[in-house]
Amino acid sequence: MKADIILAGVGGQGILSIATALGEAALADNLLIKQAETHGMSQRGGAVYSHMRISDKPISSDLIPGGSADLILSVEPMESLRYLPYLSEQGYLVTNITPFVNIPNYPDIEMIIAEIRKFPRCVAIDADTIAKEVGSTRASNMVMLGAASPFIDIEFSKIEDGIRRIFARKGEDIVTMNLDALRRGRRFAEENR
Amino acid sequence: MQKHLFLGVEAIGQGAIDGGMSGVYAYPGTPSTEITEFIQDNPIAEERNIHRKWSANEKTALETALGMSYAGKRAMSCMKHVGLNVAADVFVNAAITGVNGGLIVTVADDPSMHSSQNEQDSRFYGKFAMIPILEPSSQQEAYDMARDGFTLSELTKVPVMLRITTRLAHSRSGVVRKEVLPENELTMPTDPRQFILLPAIARKRYKGLLSNQDLFQQLSQESVYNRYEEGTDKSLGIVACGIAYNYLIEHFPGGTCPYPVVKISQYPLPENLINRLDKECDELLILEEGAPLVEESLKGFFSKGTPIKGRLDGTLPRDGELNPDLIAKALGKEMFKGFEVPSIVANRPPALCVGCGHQDAYAAMNEALADYSKGRVFSDIGCYTLGALPPYETISSCVDMGASITMAKGAADAGLIPSIAMIGDSTFAHSGITGLLDAVNEKSNITVVISDNESVSMTGGQDSSAYGKIESICIGLGVDPAHIHTIVPLKKNHAEMVQLFRQEFAYDGVSVIIPRRECIQRASRRKRNSK
Ligand SMILES: Cc1ncc(C[n+]2csc(CCOP(=O)(O)OP(=O)(O)O)c2C)c(N)n1
Ligand code: SF4
Repeated sequence: MKADIILAGVGGQGILSIATALGEAALADNLLIKQAETHGMSQRGGAVYSHMRISDKPISSDLIPGGSADLILSVEPMESLRYLPYLSEQGYLVTNITPFVNIPNYPDIEMIIAEIRKFPRCVAIDADTIAKEVGSTRASNMVMLGAASPFIDIEFSKIEDGIRRIFARKGEDIVTMNLDALRRGRRFAEENR
Repeated sequence: MQKHLFLGVEAIGQGAIDGGMSGVYAYPGTPSTEITEFIQDNPIAEERNIHRKWSANEKTALETALGMSYAGKRAMSCMKHVGLNVAADVFVNAAITGVNGGLIVTVADDPSMHSSQNEQDSRFYGKFAMIPILEPSSQQEAYDMARDGFTLSELTKVPVMLRITTRLAHSRSGVVRKEVLPENELTMPTDPRQFILLPAIARKRYKGLLSNQDLFQQLSQESVYNRYEEGTDKSLGIVACGIAYNYLIEHFPGGTCPYPVVKISQYPLPENLINRLDKECDELLILEEGAPLVEESLKGFFSKGTPIKGRLDGTLPRDGELNPDLIAKALGKEMFKGFEVPSIVANRPPALCVGCGHQDAYAAMNEALADYSKGRVFSDIGCYTLGALPPYETISSCVDMGASITMAKGAADAGLIPSIAMIGDSTFAHSGITGLLDAVNEKSNITVVISDNESVSMTGGQDSSAYGKIESICIGLGVDPAHIHTIVPLKKNHAEMVQLFRQEFAYDGVSVIIPRRECIQRASRRKRNSK
């Protein structure tokens, strides 16, 4: 088993919460993990990414080699395109379609979506709207993880358990909401892949 | 055995605690900051009351750590690469005084300058000071080196450098912890003159350091971190240092590398392993993160002997961080290159947060400067450096911590009047105070703006050591209290702030203006935590 995932977003969007949930699931599955994060300067509203590598065999490099990622998982549409040089020939592009506009020259969102849809193996999902439906836009990252889950070779129940553990101390309501977000994201991806 | 999913920096923090450290001394700086933060939040550190408060700068940090070592206890000092420039004086001299309790100097380099002004390679400093250097290739090694580095320091009787780079610092992987060692007892140095570097003593100690090099060499040869890995294809031999080793092995998983490899994670370079590689192989390829330190020392001036490939002959780029792709290319491996980034994707540079007080300060400053020619604001390092970018474009310099005040003074000395310094509260405490004293002593015609957000924000909102003390520091240095002004940088005070700037720019002498409003990120973190 191997999953090389590029997580992408904008500083402040909390992409690492996805990594944490996935990391929990992978550890519970006795898998090995390496995960490179972005800290520092770029966190201040700049482009941020994380290289998340999960495998049942030892992982050497902290960085995913170009052209070999199994999945780009982006919480922002333009950011999903920034890391295309990492995507493998069979890789999936899973992205939120709600733009995060904090630069004056943000491109036309329709053109961004069109570029995303050029990929035969893509899931473009309105995670913010789904998150609002389950209770809070803050659950949008878990919608995204759900949407990516069909393309990650980890048992779905392990991912659910990971979410339970991470949100446990915030109370049962928060756990339920995030699980709901996760399942809705997964359903969307399965219906629209 | 339970594995902890640690960032490299966290592994070092945990390793230092488990190694019996009694104090960490540091000034924040990406990518080293989280080592100290990890220790600050650690229950064992709390229980043992390990020293873990921030220092004013890297020089005070390392000197204090050396003091703790003098008293027989184990100490670590952490900094980013440019921090070692600030601490260089004590660093080099501490190699000559040597240590009593184990002392580790952890330095985090930032190749590709993700969050830095340059990409200097700290191994040169370690070599310059002639002390052992440890350079982990994994989070586990980072843990082991931090934990066992104190013993190495006590055995060699010199400080040991632990050198990491951004990628290892901020990458997470499984780490197995070992037993937690006890702290050292308070013990005085056996030689009461060990730390007195009067020339007569210093000469003796320096000779001692020189003769100790054989021991350091022997330890490198015996080190568990260095090894020779057999390979059948001797057309090429590879030296892989630190994290570069991982990028190499990525292409040859499970011991399939056809070429002999020398893995280096402890310096001085182990002569036996390198000599063997040189003897057996037709060509050598050097993989090292940072500058071509190993490559240069193997190549020699006349490039005689075995041909050497690396950063100097263009096999690898001369600058910037390594990655698996660059190493594939150096090995002539073909790889799928991924897909192209569509041209509509725009850059998304970091920016000041909406509502940040630095913005109000820059807006007022720009208006007050409208009647003067451009290029008068010397700035410094912190969030406010983003005032170099649109929409403000106010500042003309960002060089090293504290240089805003001294460069403004120099420009004023040259006749550029008014000259203005824009500096943050933490940077002022770090290295601005002495420069302001120079300006006061010469009644320089400068205005110093200390944009006080009561936080070290660029690095994540640590406590600023000048908190609540800035006015009294300025008065103590001799700035005329009539020319020290404090104002809250908010839109509603814009006109007043513009007026204040105008007035002090026109004043012939040193004035200090302190726009003061808490960093909004820090404020919201504080509110979240108090909930
Ligand atoms: C010698 C040195 N040490 C540390 C750093 C890392 N660093 C850059 S900016 C900064 C903090 C600046 O704080 P402050 O001056 O208060 O400005 P703020 O970011 O809060 O606006 C630090 C620690 C550095 N660049 N150089
Ligand atoms: S982190 Fe604080 S100081 Fe930095 S830009 Fe944001 S509000 Fe301003």
